[in-house]
Amino acid sequence: MNFNATLIGQSITFLVFVWFCMKFVWPPIMTALTERKEKIAEGLAAADRGKHEQELAQQKATEILHEAKQQAAEVIQRAEKRAAEIVDEAKADAIEEGNRLKAAAEAEIEQEVNRAREALRGKVVEIATAGAGRILKRELDATANDELIKDLVARI
Amino acid sequence: MAVAPETSAEYIKHHLTNLTWGQHADGHWGFAHSMEEAAEMGFWAINVDSMLFSVGLGVLFLWGFRAAARTATAGVPGGWQNFVEWVIEFIDDSVRGSFSGKNKLVGPLALTIFIWVFLMNFMDLLAVDHLPWLAGLMGVHNLKIVPSTDPNITFGLSLSVFALVLYYSFKFKGAGGFFAELAFHPFPKFLMPINLLLEGVTLIAKPISLALRLFGNMYAGEMIFILIALMYGGGWVLGAFGGLLQLGWAIFHILIITLQAFIFMTLTIVYLDMACQEAH
Repeated sequence: MNFNATLIGQSITFLVFVWFCMKFVWPPIMTALTERKEKIAEGLAAADRGKHEQELAQQKATEILHEAKQQAAEVIQRAEKRAAEIVDEAKADAIEEGNRLKAAAEAEIEQEVNRAREALRGKVVEIATAGAGRILKRELDATANDELIKDLVARI
Repeated sequence: MAVAPETSAEYIKHHLTNLTWGQHADGHWGFAHSMEEAAEMGFWAINVDSMLFSVGLGVLFLWGFRAAARTATAGVPGGWQNFVEWVIEFIDDSVRGSFSGKNKLVGPLALTIFIWVFLMNFMDLLAVDHLPWLAGLMGVHNLKIVPSTDPNITFGLSLSVFALVLYYSFKFKGAGGFFAELAFHPFPKFLMPINLLLEGVTLIAKPISLALRLFGNMYAGEMIFILIALMYGGGWVLGAFGGLLQLGWAIFHILIITLQAFIFMTLTIVYLDMACQEAH
């Protein structure tokens, strides 16, 4: 353990190393560290902002959805009302039409009946005329007269 | 791996001798062959091994950290950059914790001390015989591979720190303020000589304790490694036991070398902080 010039050499080396470290090692790394810190802080802030915006969007979406649902319900309600109205109208129309058809049919039937009656009447007159003709032919034959009337009645 | 013809004492002494280059007693320059010869060379000699290893390790440190610093980006750091940043942040935290002022020198200074001292201490974990044996093959007879077991190295560091302490004391307190700090405490002014003596001792004790603490720890640790290495020459049983001991001591020593580097750094920061404080 003897002291010699190593002491001086070591001191000089030490100071040179410290100088080098101060000049070329410490500042770039500290700069990088500071910059990264800032970047991370920015990133975190951006993330927070994004989260907030997302929350707002969510809220808005919920609102819109709610509104749309309300509107849809309204539309359905209106449609239902309209449908009921249409059904009612159709019912009324149908009843009216039915009535009309019924009236027409009845009128036709009546007409037909009248026509038949007219025809019948014509035939009765014809038969009566024929009968009367025959009766005139066999005036004296009472039994034949009776028979004739019976036949007439049967034909009517 | 103890060389056979040596006695234990010679083996230990051999391992504790630096490779010193200087002027021999007869006037010619060359390497000293023993501790005594090295001592005779006086002050103007140099421990080549200490200087070589300390400068080599320092260059290794600066090269590695410079490589990380040159490519440092604020983006995603790579593995090595990440490690370097982690170390620097740790140092920066220590400096912020202990140093109250703002100073561009203290951070790099603390970083240099911590990593450099750590690396110099780390040489202690290499097996005590390997590098000296290699050097022996190349004709170099003495080699101490742990620079921090050389008091020249530790005092070189601590005296530089002390010079900085004096510089900042004068800069921030002024000559008068610095003198007042030394002379007017802890007793009243009329006891100035006693104050000066007490504070002077306190001041001088700073670099000495700084250097001797590191040197003592590392020297003792190295000594124990050497003693354990001696057991390898004592047969299989003793050798195996020695191996176990060496493993245990090496693991424990990892803690010591880191702790010593950290203490040296922290005390440097604290001393500089005291020097930079304006009012006492």
